[in-house]
Amino acid sequence: MIDTRKNESVFVSGDEAVALGVRLSRPQVISAYPITPQTIVVERLSEMVEDGSLDAKYIHVESEHSAMSAAMGASSVGARAFTATSSQGLLYMAEGLHYASGGRMPIVMMNANRSLALPWSIFGDHRDSMSMLDSGWIQVYVEDAQEALDMTIQAYRIAEDPSVLTPFMINLDGFILTHTYELVEVPRQKEVDSYLPPFSTPNKMSLETPKSMGFSTSPADNMEFKYQQHKAMMDSMEVIKKADKEFSEMFGRSYHGLVDCYQCDDAEYILVTAGSVTGTARVAVDTMRIKGIKAGVLKLRFMRPFPEQEIRNILSGAVSYGVLDKDISFGYEGTMFTNVNSALSGSKNFPRGMNFVGGLGGRDISVQDIEEMFIALQKCPDNAYGDYIKSRVSFVNMGVNINE
Amino acid sequence: MTKVKWLGRGGQGGFTASRLLGKAASLFEGKYAMAFPSFGPERRGAPVLAFTRIDDKKITDRSEFNSADYLVIMDETLLDESAMESLSVEGKVILNSATPQRYTSLAEDGRIIALDATSLALEIINRPITNTAMFGALVAASKIVTVDSALSSIEAEMKPALAAKNMDIVQKAYDLVKEMIDG
Repeated sequence: MIDTRKNESVFVSGDEAVALGVRLSRPQVISAYPITPQTIVVERLSEMVEDGSLDAKYIHVESEHSAMSAAMGASSVGARAFTATSSQGLLYMAEGLHYASGGRMPIVMMNANRSLALPWSIFGDHRDSMSMLDSGWIQVYVEDAQEALDMTIQAYRIAEDPSVLTPFMINLDGFILTHTYELVEVPRQKEVDSYLPPFSTPNKMSLETPKSMGFSTSPADNMEFKYQQHKAMMDSMEVIKKADKEFSEMFGRSYHGLVDCYQCDDAEYILVTAGSVTGTARVAVDTMRIKGIKAGVLKLRFMRPFPEQEIRNILSGAVSYGVLDKDISFGYEGTMFTNVNSALSGSKNFPRGMNFVGGLGGRDISVQDIEEMFIALQKCPDNAYGDYIKSRVSFVNMGVNINE
Repeated sequence: MTKVKWLGRGGQGGFTASRLLGKAASLFEGKYAMAFPSFGPERRGAPVLAFTRIDDKKITDRSEFNSADYLVIMDETLLDESAMESLSVEGKVILNSATPQRYTSLAEDGRIIALDATSLALEIINRPITNTAMFGALVAASKIVTVDSALSSIEAEMKPALAAKNMDIVQKAYDLVKEMIDG
């Protein structure tokens, strides 16, 4: 077979792809604390700084809380900053997440999605990042190593846009993405430099332009700050679409903005996914289509800002939809499901929906599991209010029977 | 799609072998490949699994698989009936063993292809690390990639001195198994 791929190709893991994307983005400061399954990202970056292929200051801090604090310090004086974390580490820096978004510091962070204790587990699910949905960070969930590399570059472009100035979290499924090796095309530095110019911010703190970055407000003006944060996040939607379009023109790969669709045009049953399980769902759609069942997948790329319009347009034409959450908000349902339902509530045609909670603590989700979701969607119950949660929320691939 | 499952013990280099195969197919033959370990903490001596998928088109299925086309077993004490269950109907076992006749009850003739990889590794690198020998054996038995691509993947993965010895192992294992199959 003739290789038509024009740029350098490498066979790397998701973690390594992020590190390559970070190097191409020329950050000036990297502060990080290692945690499985993120560790390889920061190991590779420290090696790159050591061998001189990345001209950045690498700060090996004593905790995730300090990692975020150091990144904020760097960002406040106009440096491009990067950090990475996972799971308990993300929660440990939670205070800093709100500081960074409130301070309008466009830090880019990779989060290796991992379960939360207890029980202690190093394996993947989305409960860490979903619990940080309200921290004011843009959140993207990537499907493969190529998207991880490409979104690292795009993340700086989006976060640093003067109308956005909001930090950016790139989520990779722990192990399934971080530790899986696949073919990745590495863009040329010259082209990345032209796509991503050096960081400049109107909020730069310096001796020439002294500023207070850790300020307090009274009730008289606090809300205006929060409104501006919200507006910037809403405005980022157009910036995300533009960044994707220009990336596609320059590098030949498009991720279609806030959501991506597979076979949704005529689909009667649509499964909403986020992250790497989307790839497995694509295969399940193919097998369902062979059986004559009109299945489709809606890949929710961004959880914040939330693509309400896109979801409404795509799902309102379906007979029923499912949302596959690697998360559960105990006592209700998966957080993605809640958000998708909220988007649909404004639509004239509100199709029937089901919530599949799966992959918690790293449990495998197979093609067959997803086929069974599509089969369940064909018999989706009517919008019942009496026994809403019991009839609409189910746990996929449970190892025990639930006697209810 | 071709699916290869690697079964060995922590420290034997099974995951490295799964990546070498992925590199050979993707970087040197223009195909698509995906390689991943059975996830979790790595423990020396414990049974470990690794997976490689190879296809002419982009691979998106990331779930673990049980119906392997080839099951490469680096430690023969791991070969039993339950290991055989992770093979597809037509699937073959590539086994590291000096006495493969012990396993004839597990499979019909020709389904288990054996090589004494431990002796070969001891002879060349003086250590019982059998992953590259088993890689060479798999390439000869399966023709998933050419031996040249297999050698190139090692050259790309390892430092020169180590690469030279492992390339020697791959070539020797390949020749031995090829001769065995061709008769």
